[in-house]
Amino acid sequence: MQAFEYANPTTVKDAIALLSDDAAVLAGGTDLISMMKEYLATPKRLVNIKSIKELGGIAKAGGGLRIGATATFDELATSTLVRTEYPSLQQAALGVTSPQIRNMGTVGGDLLQRPRCWYFRNGFGILGKDKDGTSLAPIGENRYHAIFPKGDAYYVNPSSLAPALIALGAKAKIAGPNGNREVGIDELYVIPGTNSGRELSLQPNEILTEIVVPAARGTKNATYEVRHKEALDWPLATASVALQMKGTSIAKASIVLGHVGPTPVMAAAAANALTGKTLSADLATEAGRLAVEGANPMSGNTYKLQLVRTAVKRAIMQAGGIKA
Amino acid sequence: MPNYSWPPMTTRKAIGQRLTRHDGIEKASGRAKYNSDLNKQDLLYGVLLTSPYAHARIRSIDTSAAERVPGVTAVTVIVKAGEEVNWQSQEIAAVAATSEQAARDGVRAIKIDFEVLPHVVREEDLSKVGNRATPAGEQVTGDPEKAFKEAEVSAEGQYGIPVLTHCCLEPHGQIVQWTPSGVNYWPSTQNVSGIGPDLAKNLEIPATQVKVHQDHIGGGFGSKFASDRWGLEAARLSKASGGRPVKLFLDRATELNIAGNRPSAFAKIKMAAKRDGTITGWESTSWATGGMSGGGMPPLPYVFTNIPNKRLNHSAVKTNGGPLRAWRAPNHPQASFLTCAAVEDLAAKLGMDPIEVFLKNLQWAPEARRESYAHQFKKAAEMAEWSKRWHRRGDSGSGNIKRGLGVGICTWGGAGHLSNCRATIHPDGSVQIELGSQDLGTGTRTIIAQVAAETYGLPVEAVKVSLGDNAFPASNASGGSTTVGGVCSSTRIATVNALEKLFEQVATGLNTTPDKLEAVGGKIQVKGDAAKSLTWAAACKKLGTQSITEMGQNDPKNPKGLNTQGVAGVQIADVSVDVETGVVKMNRMVAVQDCGLVVNPRLAESQVLGACIMSICGALMEERIMDARTGRVLNPDMEFYKLAGAADIGEILVHMDIREENDKRGIIGLGEPPTVGGIAAIANAVANAIGVRVPMVPLTPDRVLMALEEKRSA
Ligand SMILES: Cc1cc2nc3c(=O)[nH]c(=O)nc-3n(C[C@H](O)[C@H](O)[C@H](O)COP(=O)(O)OP(=O)(O)OC[C@H]3O[C@@H](n4cnc5c(N)ncnc54)[C@H](O)[C@@H]3O)c2cc1C
Repeated sequence: MQAFEYANPTTVKDAIALLSDDAAVLAGGTDLISMMKEYLATPKRLVNIKSIKELGGIAKAGGGLRIGATATFDELATSTLVRTEYPSLQQAALGVTSPQIRNMGTVGGDLLQRPRCWYFRNGFGILGKDKDGTSLAPIGENRYHAIFPKGDAYYVNPSSLAPALIALGAKAKIAGPNGNREVGIDELYVIPGTNSGRELSLQPNEILTEIVVPAARGTKNATYEVRHKEALDWPLATASVALQMKGTSIAKASIVLGHVGPTPVMAAAAANALTGKTLSADLATEAGRLAVEGANPMSGNTYKLQLVRTAVKRAIMQAGGIKA
Repeated sequence: MPNYSWPPMTTRKAIGQRLTRHDGIEKASGRAKYNSDLNKQDLLYGVLLTSPYAHARIRSIDTSAAERVPGVTAVTVIVKAGEEVNWQSQEIAAVAATSEQAARDGVRAIKIDFEVLPHVVREEDLSKVGNRATPAGEQVTGDPEKAFKEAEVSAEGQYGIPVLTHCCLEPHGQIVQWTPSGVNYWPSTQNVSGIGPDLAKNLEIPATQVKVHQDHIGGGFGSKFASDRWGLEAARLSKASGGRPVKLFLDRATELNIAGNRPSAFAKIKMAAKRDGTITGWESTSWATGGMSGGGMPPLPYVFTNIPNKRLNHSAVKTNGGPLRAWRAPNHPQASFLTCAAVEDLAAKLGMDPIEVFLKNLQWAPEARRESYAHQFKKAAEMAEWSKRWHRRGDSGSGNIKRGLGVGICTWGGAGHLSNCRATIHPDGSVQIELGSQDLGTGTRTIIAQVAAETYGLPVEAVKVSLGDNAFPASNASGGSTTVGGVCSSTRIATVNALEKLFEQVATGLNTTPDKLEAVGGKIQVKGDAAKSLTWAAACKKLGTQSITEMGQNDPKNPKGLNTQGVAGVQIADVSVDVETGVVKMNRMVAVQDCGLVVNPRLAESQVLGACIMSICGALMEERIMDARTGRVLNPDMEFYKLAGAADIGEILVHMDIREENDKRGIIGLGEPPTVGGIAAIANAVANAIGVRVPMVPLTPDRVLMALEEKRSA
């Protein structure tokens, strides 16, 4: 990797002052360091944010939940608060099946990690294009790629937490040189305009400081992940659902798919189909069927349609406590 | 001549004990030092510059900027201007520097102008490989035409198994130091005695000048016999850097791309049969690649070699990928999968239990193994609860989780290799065994100690075993499952010889002749008269100041009945498939395996356990994925080159087929055979579970779902 300077600030303000286009925020380092080893990231300065106390911890806040950006997967997975009210988040965190990554990886880092598309990681740019501008995924090996591509973006958003957080209506707080702002988790992601662009809306001199999740009382929620292996593996497709209940019927539903598009995919038609209905296995199946509407699979990833149908169905059933 | 033969099964003391590995704690606690762990004084780091292209000509190469990078001490060029590289990650140049980072900076400073040339990296579709396929010529036995014309039934299918890589946890590489008196060499090798001469030949220095040492190796699986390009370059870099030691181990991507792979195998297979399951004819058209050398034909039909009417065609396909190397039982896992899948498909077509079809066709297996297979099928079926759990193909209930059973078989040689052993008995009673062999992690040190302890009538802990240095008597490389037979036999011969010498020294004192003595329970005693005895220590004291040192050799041309070759094994897989996701889960793997005389049943079982785990990886996960357009390996990492973790394994039941009739054959190697049948068993179990053949392994969710989809639309 390229030689770099290391900074270890203890306040957000100092950290922001240390950031620039040539610097990178270092959280758990589980993604950033591998990117640096491959020269896919070449920051001249690393700004470690793990010494900033206020960025850590998970706590109740205003009826909802505040998750510090440097809280780890492990903290998320073992928090009683999360387990009782936000099982969807706990299930998503446990889906990261490597204890090492759960111990080191942070919530902020998970949301802001770069895609795992093998063309990107092999140096063909974020859009995975050959020198002559040909997109490689559609004509190449795309079994792990998007079935909901957007424009030239065929990679999938890698975050396991993002779909669950989006379904729960969470917001991200961001601090920058010009003060603080708050955005929906879905707004963290953009489609890069060029092959050397970025898929994140966060500016290089900004820090994601915390995640705020609204109260979930009365909201049934769950994440279902289809994974090839039990040990250390990426999901092939995930579905996170949050169902606001009114008695036995669903007042409002949110269904978000992971690992099938360059951003987390809102399955609006599927969610709408649940509104006003009573939970049942048939309804869950129907939602699964609708969730793949508008999908546009490639030569090697048609199977993800079936995975999405299943993940959505099973997430809804899991949220509603319905046995298969 | 002394009697070297193994003591009868019933009287053995040390041999046959279920001892744990001598170096188990050392390894589990991290104290064991692999050569890739070593750091020498004034160490330099070597890094290879490798090709980003699958096929290219180097128009020019300029190393001058690299030589100026601070810390860089030497640069060597491997592929010169005008020459070609033929696969991604092929070695082009090497840099040594005072830190790994400086060496990497040096590599990045080398300027190369490539002329990119056309490549072929995919072989699964034979019609698309153009002139890269070289047919081997048709082989015909009997009258296949007639057999197919007269067949009561015929079955056909196409099957494929991809290239996979060895993925050694300790990558290939070494530390080398060029000194005025010779070359010190710390490689990661399966060939302690042979790798020194190999490096010497490449360096054009006498073999006497290379000193090799290795205590442990972190995986080789057939890929670590030679000194390789990286050994040669590390030595040249050391020489060019004034003799400072150079450490050059491959990074993970390079390891997966060029340090060996198991060739693929694809085949269209047709079988003619009688309604009772007897196979009467076989036709196969197969192809394979293992890089630019193509890929040889797997031994088809596997085990059922004597099917009377056969037509075999094979093409070796040259692809621009890293070169193949031996991988645990070269070509056998492929052949077993292709054959057993076709047999299972025939059984399904006939509506028969596949075990019945296998048994019916044992008449085509080599006569010497037939009884073993029959016995093992029975035992394995019992362990897998076959009669309770097996059902007709696809007859697996209405839920989303379908359970199925499948079977696969293996055979292998495994005769002991050429091995020399030096056995020393010291006057203080301590005993030492030295061989220029290696312990691949299989427990070679432990079994050698058991053999020596058996001969001397001593506890196993009393034997000091030294391996891993080419100053010790030469033993061949550990490949072909030849080590256990080789080293145990040479150790037996050397220790019997040494004991004879000890008997000569003490016989007179015990008023007898040497031939009347025996060593048991820590004593030297007169046979049949235990009262006339000396303790081992007292006997050795009589040596005065002179230790006994004796040699023993296992000569493969005359193994004296101590070792032999030829084994059989049967494996049964029990899987559950989620038909809504295509995910396959292992419930259970049953392995029944013979390997003649079993020196240590626990270590033998361990070997089979490891082999089953590798089969699970190969059947469900492992695959080198090549990109047709860029010619790149897309998954040279351990994220997408998938291997099983503990949670993916399920239960593994191992039964070593230890019986008098197997035991009396002597020792036979075990390293490879149990890796052979597992993939076939798992693939067959999945077909049994979901009611349709998934033609290509690994059986990943996409392939399983696609097969189900095709079945639905059929
Ligand atoms: C084999 C393997 C399997 C994996 N499986 C999964 C999986 O199933 N699901 C999943 O979601 N992930 C998975 N991961 C990825 C893992 O979750 C991420 O690497 C991890 O979450 C990154 O967190 P980190 O704290 O280490 O981030 P870092 O590596 O430190 O940072 C990642 C990126 O985010 C930026 N960053 C981090 N924190 C902030 C912040 N607060 N403000 C601004 N920028 C920031 C960094 O600059 C960097 O660009 C897997 C990884 C591996 C290696």
